[in-house]
Amino acid sequence: MEHPNLKYIRGKKLPHMFCQGCGCGEILNCLLFAIDELKLDMSKMVAIGGVGCSSRIPAYLDMYAIHGIHGRNLAYATGVKLAKPELKVVVLTGDGDCGAIGGNHLIHAARRNLDVTVIMDNNGSYAMTGGQLAPTTPTGLYTTTTPRGNIERPFDICKLVEAAGGTYIARWTTAHPAALIRAIKQGLTHKGFAFIEVVSQCPTIYGRYALGISDPVENIEYLRKNSVTKEQAEKLPSEELVGKIVIGKFVEKQLPTLEDAYLGMERQVKRA
Amino acid sequence: MLGNHAIVEGAIAAGCKFFAGYPITPANEISEGMAQRMPEVGGRFIQMEDELGSIFAVCGASLAGKKAMTATASAGYNYMQEGIEYAVAAEIPIVIVDVMRQRGENFPTQSDVMQARYGAAGDHEMIVLTPSSVQELFDLTVQAFNFAEQFRNPVIVLSEATISLMREGIRIPRQEELKIVNRKKPIDPPGEFMPFRGEEDLVPRMSEFGDEYKVLYTHNPHDEWGRIAWTPKLYEDLYNRITQKIANKADEIALYESLFTDDAEILLIAYGSEARGCLDAVTAARALGIKAGLLKLKNIWPIPAKAMVEAAHHSKKVLVPEMNTGRYYHVVKEVIGAGSEIISLPKNQGRIHSPDEILQEIKRAN
Repeated sequence: MEHPNLKYIRGKKLPHMFCQGCGCGEILNCLLFAIDELKLDMSKMVAIGGVGCSSRIPAYLDMYAIHGIHGRNLAYATGVKLAKPELKVVVLTGDGDCGAIGGNHLIHAARRNLDVTVIMDNNGSYAMTGGQLAPTTPTGLYTTTTPRGNIERPFDICKLVEAAGGTYIARWTTAHPAALIRAIKQGLTHKGFAFIEVVSQCPTIYGRYALGISDPVENIEYLRKNSVTKEQAEKLPSEELVGKIVIGKFVEKQLPTLEDAYLGMERQVKRA
Repeated sequence: MLGNHAIVEGAIAAGCKFFAGYPITPANEISEGMAQRMPEVGGRFIQMEDELGSIFAVCGASLAGKKAMTATASAGYNYMQEGIEYAVAAEIPIVIVDVMRQRGENFPTQSDVMQARYGAAGDHEMIVLTPSSVQELFDLTVQAFNFAEQFRNPVIVLSEATISLMREGIRIPRQEELKIVNRKKPIDPPGEFMPFRGEEDLVPRMSEFGDEYKVLYTHNPHDEWGRIAWTPKLYEDLYNRITQKIANKADEIALYESLFTDDAEILLIAYGSEARGCLDAVTAARALGIKAGLLKLKNIWPIPAKAMVEAAHHSKKVLVPEMNTGRYYHVVKEVIGAGSEIISLPKNQGRIHSPDEILQEIKRAN
């Protein structure tokens, strides 16, 4: 008997390239569950990734896909959505791809309320290149480019997207697959810029070297133990939130999308 | 009409339905014109957050089936190399206008002639068109879209501050007079269509987002199905096809005008605004009995080698006037070889050679 989601994999071809125990496989699977439960027509979807482990997820999806240039996923998406607003676009990206090199595109796509769903895998480092410092690496942690510990403060990318104008924002971890599937479903049906951060494990690099945990299950357990819900976090003093992962849905609101605003302007031009 | 507006009208006549740009002088009138005109013709316009945003939005729109263009000037064109590299590898038809300007300033230059060809990483060929008048800005913008669609490759309209900001009377042909090329669509059904198998012309057919073909686009090495795959031979075959589809057609792509080249003993080879003064100088030289001729290049890449060799057939000396430090001169020297003496005439002061300056050089060479 084949896996019920195998039919959504390009050419039904597995295994994938992700390391054993990598969070990317889980994110891929959660996305497929969401697509399955929503009964989406994959021929009317486009998956877009940049460069990095999570950006390879689009290559496995049985839909049109761009495996693109590092950080440019939301620039491609802007062109695709303006050209054909009827398409559903899902962006698979990482904390470096989207929070560092692609940061400018992220804030402006959120500002425009581009109607896309962004799933950002946050594994805390640049894993594909061997574990360098990421904008999300916690202060003090050791990476290959912070041999004396990270002296910088980590980036809360959900807060960045909220300030930029994103209209659906949530954070979960790979230790919360049911909530993650629910959030991806909400993101895919949300009209506007949906941003879902998934804090995930990298047992090969980040777990093993920065956290000292190489076992995938122990890594997931670490994520679960360090997670606090948005509601719990509101009651905790800020010093107790250091190193914690605040999970939950932070924003959900309706505002006009870029595509609708453009089409409205276009109709006015035609009438004139 | 203003040169930059001729580009806008040329693009629309060619079927452009998407434009993304970022402000930069002296290319702004292209974005401003497109912002006005795109919604009128059922097209889409967006001002992106930077040039990288522009070039990748254009790639996305083209993959969604729209003819798409961006415009910038030299420094902005730097940024776009990343997207040009991707469009070469994923075989995305796009048009980029680079209105050349001096580094940090807005005065005219022809100093991007090498960047236009060699700026992007990786193995690639580039089609670069060099207009010398407002009429040619219109005509060559149409041609740029046609080449992009025919070859599935980025095509560069290499304009100059001089030409783009000049006003000249032009004739806009009726739509039925124009030859418009559209990308080849798949004929095989999904499951049998190989999106990266070159046909006889080495160019694959192209589907678009929203249809049933579900192609994966990547700049990683990929097989004819579009699957990310790596073998040394596959990689070599892929980039042989991607470069040869253009390199093999260099003579067919070549756009040029010859004036008195049949018996020219002193030949001028010029492109863009520099060709303007040469035209008058050659006519004046002929009146003095000097056998001078002009080969005006309307595309500089791929190298129109056959045209150069033919034009230089009787030439003892070949003069290459340029508004830079003398860059394309090296190409001419390589192509024409030792048969003629090749003389570089650089003038890098933000202004072209006057007809009289060229005439003096012709006399000196005679």
